[in-house]
Amino acid sequence: MNSQKRFSALRAEAAGAVRTALGSAENLQLTLKTDLSQEEQHLTTHAHTDRGPGETRTTRNDDLKEMLENNKESLKLEAMKRIVGLIAKGKNASELFPAVVKNVASKNIELKKLVYVYLVRYAEEQQDLALLSISTFQRALKDPNQLIRASALRVLSSIRVPIIIPIMMLAIKEAASDMSPYVRKTSAHAIQKLYSLDPDQKEHLIEVIEKLLKDKSTLVAGSVVMAFEEVCPERIDLIHKNYRKLCNLLVDVEEWGQVVIISMLTRYARTQFTSPWREDGVFDENSERAFYESDEEKTRDDTEIKPYTMDPDHRLLLRNTKPLLQSRNTAVVMSVAQLYWHLAPRNEVSIVTKSLVRLLRSHREVQYIVLQNIATMSIQRKGMFEPYMKSFYVRSTDATHIKSLKLEILTNLANEANISTILREFQTYVKSQDKQFAAGTIQAIGRCATNISEVTDTCLNGLVLLLSNRDETVVAESVVVIKKLLQAQPSQHSDIIKHMAKLLDNITVSMARASILWLIGEYCERVPKIAPDVLRKMAKSFTSEEDIVKLQTVNLAAKLYLTNSKQTKLLTQYILNLGKYDQNYDIRDRTRFIRQLIVPNEKSGALSKYARRILLAPKPAPVLESAYKDRDRYQLGTLSHTINTKASGYLELSDWPAVAPDQSVRNVEVIEPVKEWAPSLGKTGKSKPAKSSDDKFYSDSGEEEEDEKGSGTSSSNDGSSSSSAESGSDAESDEDKSSSQSSEESEKSSSQSEKSSSESDIEQKKKKKMKKPPQKKNVKPPNKDSDSDENGNLARKASSSSAEDSSDSESGSVTDSDTEHQKSKVKPKEVKLQKEVSLLDLDDFTPGPATQPRSVLSPSLLTDLEGLSLSNISTMQVSGPAFVPEKSHNLLHRMTGKGLAAQYQFTRQPCLYQPNMVSVQISLTNTSDHRLEQIHIGERSPAGLKIHCFNTIEFLEPDASVTVSMGIDFNDSTQAANFQLCTKEDQFSVSIQPAVGDLFLAVTMTEQDFRKEQGKLQGMNECSATITVTAENTSSQPLNRRVAAMANVGVVPSGQDNVHRFAGKTACSGAVLLVTVELRESSAAVITINTEKSVMGSMLLRDLKKSLAQA
Amino acid sequence: MIHSLFLVNPSGDIFLEKHWKSVVSRSVCDYFLEAREKALDPEDVPPVISTPHHYLISIYRDKLFFLSVIQTEVPPLFVIEFLHRVAEMIQDYFGECSETVIKDNVVMVYELLEEMLDNGFPLATESNVLKEMIRPPTILRSVVNTLTGSSNVGDKLPTGQLSTIPWRRAGVKYTNNEAYFDVVEEIDAILDRTGTTVFAEIQGVVEACVKLSGMPDLTLSFMNPRLLDDVSFHPCVRYKRWESERVLSFIPPDGNFTLMTYHVNAQNLVAIPVYVKHSINFFESGSGGRLDLTVGPKQTMGKTVEGVLVTVHMPKTVLSVSLNATQGSYTYDNATKVLVWDIGKLNPQKLPNLRGSLSLQTGAPKPEENPSLNIDLKIQQLAISGLKVNRLDMFGEKYKPFKGVKYITKAGKFQVRM
Repeated sequence: MNSQKRFSALRAEAAGAVRTALGSAENLQLTLKTDLSQEEQHLTTHAHTDRGPGETRTTRNDDLKEMLENNKESLKLEAMKRIVGLIAKGKNASELFPAVVKNVASKNIELKKLVYVYLVRYAEEQQDLALLSISTFQRALKDPNQLIRASALRVLSSIRVPIIIPIMMLAIKEAASDMSPYVRKTSAHAIQKLYSLDPDQKEHLIEVIEKLLKDKSTLVAGSVVMAFEEVCPERIDLIHKNYRKLCNLLVDVEEWGQVVIISMLTRYARTQFTSPWREDGVFDENSERAFYESDEEKTRDDTEIKPYTMDPDHRLLLRNTKPLLQSRNTAVVMSVAQLYWHLAPRNEVSIVTKSLVRLLRSHREVQYIVLQNIATMSIQRKGMFEPYMKSFYVRSTDATHIKSLKLEILTNLANEANISTILREFQTYVKSQDKQFAAGTIQAIGRCATNISEVTDTCLNGLVLLLSNRDETVVAESVVVIKKLLQAQPSQHSDIIKHMAKLLDNITVSMARASILWLIGEYCERVPKIAPDVLRKMAKSFTSEEDIVKLQTVNLAAKLYLTNSKQTKLLTQYILNLGKYDQNYDIRDRTRFIRQLIVPNEKSGALSKYARRILLAPKPAPVLESAYKDRDRYQLGTLSHTINTKASGYLELSDWPAVAPDQSVRNVEVIEPVKEWAPSLGKTGKSKPAKSSDDKFYSDSGEEEEDEKGSGTSSSNDGSSSSSAESGSDAESDEDKSSSQSSEESEKSSSQSEKSSSESDIEQKKKKKMKKPPQKKNVKPPNKDSDSDENGNLARKASSSSAEDSSDSESGSVTDSDTEHQKSKVKPKEVKLQKEVSLLDLDDFTPGPATQPRSVLSPSLLTDLEGLSLSNISTMQVSGPAFVPEKSHNLLHRMTGKGLAAQYQFTRQPCLYQPNMVSVQISLTNTSDHRLEQIHIGERSPAGLKIHCFNTIEFLEPDASVTVSMGIDFNDSTQAANFQLCTKEDQFSVSIQPAVGDLFLAVTMTEQDFRKEQGKLQGMNECSATITVTAENTSSQPLNRRVAAMANVGVVPSGQDNVHRFAGKTACSGAVLLVTVELRESSAAVITINTEKSVMGSMLLRDLKKSLAQA
Repeated sequence: MIHSLFLVNPSGDIFLEKHWKSVVSRSVCDYFLEAREKALDPEDVPPVISTPHHYLISIYRDKLFFLSVIQTEVPPLFVIEFLHRVAEMIQDYFGECSETVIKDNVVMVYELLEEMLDNGFPLATESNVLKEMIRPPTILRSVVNTLTGSSNVGDKLPTGQLSTIPWRRAGVKYTNNEAYFDVVEEIDAILDRTGTTVFAEIQGVVEACVKLSGMPDLTLSFMNPRLLDDVSFHPCVRYKRWESERVLSFIPPDGNFTLMTYHVNAQNLVAIPVYVKHSINFFESGSGGRLDLTVGPKQTMGKTVEGVLVTVHMPKTVLSVSLNATQGSYTYDNATKVLVWDIGKLNPQKLPNLRGSLSLQTGAPKPEENPSLNIDLKIQQLAISGLKVNRLDMFGEKYKPFKGVKYITKAGKFQVRM
């Protein structure tokens, strides 16, 4: 209501703005002619004075104006082309604005486009005149052609004129609910433009963003996330509900959108999940995780010891981004790599290595960025890139910055094992013609020498050899590096120091000379004979030295004075005197300071006593480390990382939270029916499904790989119990060869099984198909399991129990879940193959989608279509329950259960494990005073009863309680499910008795579809009764509530006030259930139920009668 | 995201500018021009430059700088990748990407840029979509256009943008339906002075030219897909099929495109098709030197090696060369110190040889390092890794397409250290 009001207010505001705009436009038009000539004159004179060749310029612009005012389209076009040419060259064409803007409503598309280009460029400068064009755009916004609407919005939002902000706001809001995803995409872009124009609109814009985030079109996803990042990146709460959808859509989003979404999700994940890196994380997996029970089960079985379990959503993100490493777009690959770096468990990060190395084949600029990121990564994780060391070898043709990055990485990668190879490579580089690079190599050698103690001596010797190099830069660099190395371990190297002292005669690079002097000074006691001589030489040349050398000479003198004053006293005096009168004040200062310090006289204070300790103090060796050491404070792949400072707009990656925030916020409860229309493009529409299903599959396939070991009850079913050898034997044989074959087979068998499962009524089968997918939509990952499981089960039935009618049968061997786990562990390979097979058969639909009859499409294929908003195929959608009864029933009383109490409740959600099961939530409480161990489900009856058990609860502390969910296939009957609830010591028989209303799943459909379905279910499929309803139930709201409480059905929007319609379907067979309540006069009402499950129908009718007649 | 784009020619003139948000003064380019001045080689200009208010991200391609202005944080690769797409798009439309071509077609380039980005965020980068909006120029059309005054802007609005297969335009029709695939492999290698392989690997790419009507669904399979170690695909390829069956299944874009690139996993087994016998020495006196080069075929799988081109980056002190080539011709550019020897086809019976003397700057010391050779070559009808296309199947359309596969091996970054 509120938003409605605001909307209308906005509309009024917009209308006002339009009026002012039009008003000023009219005025302008009136005065246009006269005004213009003046303006023109002004301009021409201006041009005259301004530039030399102004004359030609103005005449040309006059031409253009004339051409634009001409009636001939071609002339106008020519003029516009020339104007755009001027704009492109950066010349000013703003004085033509009035002449150009008149053509905004031209019929000629090219002319119009060029005018748009012009408008966008100059509107900001000529705001008043720009208003002339607004009404054209407003008209175009209502155009039936989506592309015209989009382009109008695009230009309108690009005109940076503050006065039209309300108009823009309105247009954006309307476009955000446009039918066409393309227009919605444009509106997402417009949001950012409006925000940059007027940040005060933020709150309104966030509303639009929130709405667009819910959009299921892949076209919109990237753009709206971009808008989100720009406008309100702090509103992370908007993402929760869309997180899973975004993950699942990701592969189908266009590549630029992928980059944006991935980087946003990286930030999101860092705030929502706990760190997968720590070793000692303590997690309570049981609480709140019922939703993903089956996933948990797997990991837990395998890694009992490890307390950390990854959030399934976290896993989902990693899994769905992995295939994007194969993208041709380097930005996408890099963003996935950084996602793995920041989010994946340590042992999984290395899968990005290969792709990153691949990027090194790309353009120079790409190499630069990728190498930078690798440099940062390789500091922390040598192992990741070590196998690819050779890819970082330098080529003489590489650009200098590429060379130094490669050098950096090679140095990072160096370890005991590969150092000899690297050093050999470095030897080549040292000789490079690029002296800057050679110097870099020497530094790299120095780093290797300090990092790897085994090679320190070798490196040092190598560097000493370089001292005789002819190139001075090389020598100088070597000296500097040797100085650093010697400082680290000076003990045995007096030879080198001597050698360097000799060099002093030849070397001219000041830094190197200074280094040598410092070395000799520092270790003067090791070279007692040479040091004074060096000082003598330096004294001789002191005046002609560079400042830095002078300083070191003074230093050397001082140190020698302290250690060997007999020989050097006079020399020192001499040098200090020279220094005293030096031109450089630094040197004068230093000289004075040293003199006071070392030469004892009456004035010098206590300090000179400590001179020795001051000057000859042991100094810590410099640490040679990488320039990329601290870069990891920035998110990889970002601009900030590249420039190593925080770029404006950089969003900090937060640390992992210590405790994960509530994960249920991401649960999507209500699935809105998708109201999108994809344009029909002949065959496009048909062939896309194949593609999309493919993509979906691979996005899901990760899960299979990840979890295959413990791959849930479902898949192990397939693998282990397929007695009818087909698939089993295939599994044994060679993977590659059999894959295609087996896929065919399994396709066959699955289609067979579908045949047998349906009740040979084609129509009904179709319906079933139509209904199945949405139900799975709620949550993807577990679905996959249930899907293949379904296939597997059905296939087994088809082959083993000769064509039994599955919907009525209660056969189908289901092994105990525990043994299943064991089996699955024993035969991981089989399981895996089986998985693949079941995927393959779906893939096999892809080659000829156009020729495939629709009825062969598997349900999951349809699910995937849903995700791509091609949903007009299906008219029925499973929706969330309209009402969830809070009432829970007693399963096991604490007295009979020896302290274990259990209650159950029907959640009325579609079951995750298998679509034909009813989801039941069980809460177990330990009321005893000792811990109960190994709570699990034991035998069940009737024998064929299919239950998806919760995984064994290892223990339950006294007074603790835990809620688990399980799925039961009631087979569309109210027969109770009996099974045993076992603890370590005891077994208790319990039974769950469903009310008939809980066996349905709510469905949304249109009234039209309802009528159609109803028409099919006449005669014996219909039962009705007339009742007297209580007064309170005559209005729609309480009536709806009553019905929804009784049975899990969805409300069908009805055109008549007195007729209320509800739709549902049975959980197991998916048969449609239609309920009509027609209110007559004097509180009479007719309840009609149409369903082919007539028994259930009549049972429900009885319950409804009771319920509605109740006071 | 991307705020503005400037195209800068080698002499530092800005000859095209485009702004997607408010206008940024072109003076911002001064920072870039300054960096360009400093760099010895245009390749050495850092791709990312930070200025007080903006960040400049540039690429150097075809002797032009594409310089984009950024104001806020954005993945640099995102921008770089986009700029390369722009260059590729120009190449695709006009046959080459050069200053003259861009200046000649400035309006069309401007319109293309307008379509490619909206508010700095890529909108349409698929060539198929763009070509529907703005038709590429052909000689015929330009004649017609001048006569009739019609334009290059599509009068129909594109459907590709909206379809679920954004890379393919709808309603494609050909009288001759054909699909050609070129398997191009490049050998990247570094050989040391003794001829030992320091590093070698094969990078391959499958280029496709598909001209098929309607909405064909193709499946391409290889005889030996296990060779492929790392792959990246055009977005049209169904990754899942590749994962499970190692076949490429895709609905192709119309026209030319890169289907996949791959890396062959055979580090030590890469066949090196040529060997080089080389000797270069400089006299101690420092006034000259001798060069002797011989190139011969090595592991060529029985095919002829063509288009052999040897490039030597000489030391700075080499003033001129006086050489004698038994085959082909050589040029020496004194400014860049690059010696290029264009050999052509390799004849195993008579190996080409280049020998002669080098004259050095007088007084300069003897060059420290020997130069390295870069070799370019081509072998037709051979994929050096042994990769073979098995078959190509088409689904979804009735007609029988003409299919062809071509193999070619080239030298990539093939370097011999002397």
